[in-house]
Amino acid sequence: MNMLYRAAILPLCALALAGLPACQTMDTLSEVGAGVAVATGVATPQQGQSIKKAGSAVGKTFESITPEQEYYIGRTVGAMVLNQYKPLDNKAANNYLNVLGQTLAQFSDRPETFGGYHFLVMETEDVNAFSAPGGLIFISRGMIRCCQNEDALAAVLAHEIGHVELQHGLQAISKSRMTSALTILATESAKSFGGQELAQLTEAFEGSITDITSTMMNNGYSRGFERQADSAAVTILQRSGYDPNGLIAMLTQMKKQLKPGGHDFAKTHPSPDSRIEDIAKLVGPATPIVSPAARQARFQAAAGKI
Amino acid sequence: MLQFKHVAAALTRRMIMAAALVAAAAVVTAAAATMSVQVKDAPVRATPSFVGKVVGALAYGDQVEIQQTQGAWSKVAGAGVSGWMHTSALSSKKIVLAAGQKQANVAASGDELALAGKGFNSDVEAQFKAGHKDIDFTWINRMEKIRISAAEMQVFLQNGGVTPKEGGAK
Repeated sequence: MNMLYRAAILPLCALALAGLPACQTMDTLSEVGAGVAVATGVATPQQGQSIKKAGSAVGKTFESITPEQEYYIGRTVGAMVLNQYKPLDNKAANNYLNVLGQTLAQFSDRPETFGGYHFLVMETEDVNAFSAPGGLIFISRGMIRCCQNEDALAAVLAHEIGHVELQHGLQAISKSRMTSALTILATESAKSFGGQELAQLTEAFEGSITDITSTMMNNGYSRGFERQADSAAVTILQRSGYDPNGLIAMLTQMKKQLKPGGHDFAKTHPSPDSRIEDIAKLVGPATPIVSPAARQARFQAAAGKI
Repeated sequence: MLQFKHVAAALTRRMIMAAALVAAAAVVTAAAATMSVQVKDAPVRATPSFVGKVVGALAYGDQVEIQQTQGAWSKVAGAGVSGWMHTSALSSKKIVLAAGQKQANVAASGDELALAGKGFNSDVEAQFKAGHKDIDFTWINRMEKIRISAAEMQVFLQNGGVTPKEGGAK
């Protein structure tokens, strides 16, 4: 029924809108569409109301995704990452990563997400790190081996926390996908979704997951997003008391380990040199990292198991 | 009331418009004073700082009154707890855990209400799993269980000689 009247109204909307500037808001579109539909008897006044609501949702972006929905997207994105990379089944190593990572997350601009921040080591020599929406963060063994101290590892985690904080994953979802998902959400009532709506919603969900994983794992975020995540990382490191030079130290080491043309970080991130240049603008000239003995000892003990 | 008479006496179209705008602004301010917890659970602290002692926790959908704000921290009271919360845990929308039809119609406009469990939810995840039997969520569930307490974090920072800037998250 829903689909039927929506299909009937779309051509009307198109007609009514033909003379409007391209950037006319969706609110206007739905007002016009609903008005025409009601006037012509295509929709009842009540249905017209519902179309208006759907239209105002369509005008919104990834920001309309609630933290709870972001959490569910993140869980599946995380499961997709682990479908490709095996987790490292080592309690001590994963615990160390979580103590460090969850502590750092507290110093970000977004310390609270729906399900919280959680970290896991991936058992691969690839130099890689992924953050799923909502705070599930995956770091490869190869990446941890690029870190010579806790400050450098903190920098890697802080960069990934930055992607979560800034919701870069959600922004990879295509506009049309977002529109169709939000339209289903806005027109549906509180009752649990029936078969057809659930199927449509699941389709939009699957598409969203693909948009995110292909950006994150194959194409990489834009250089602008990477720069934002580096800048967020510097802020987190400075607030928490770690040396932001850790980020530069890690990138310098990574430069030596990345294989040109590799399918890991080399493919999805701007060159370490260009990132170092940008970070130096934020933290000043590089200085050597001085790690207290206790900090270095616990780092080596944990990294040794990874 | 006196003010209203005064405005009504003047009765220019312009002034009525201005009064309407003032009234609308007042409503927005009042609405902002109550917020909902938008995460599964979040700590409430004694001071507006990450290093502040945790005095309690609030859960998803709990409503709180905002008594004071300081940077990204809000002093809240609700559900028997009072103290400071980071604003990333709070939403100005009222979160309805089990909505009736009436609330659902309001929520559809998306500006005042948010319905918990609506949209991408556990049903959608279950549907996704049914279609992708090769995707394993075991480790996702396992990693979600790793939760480090505020006390453990403090010990970790101290033992490593890591000294946060006063205040923590801003």
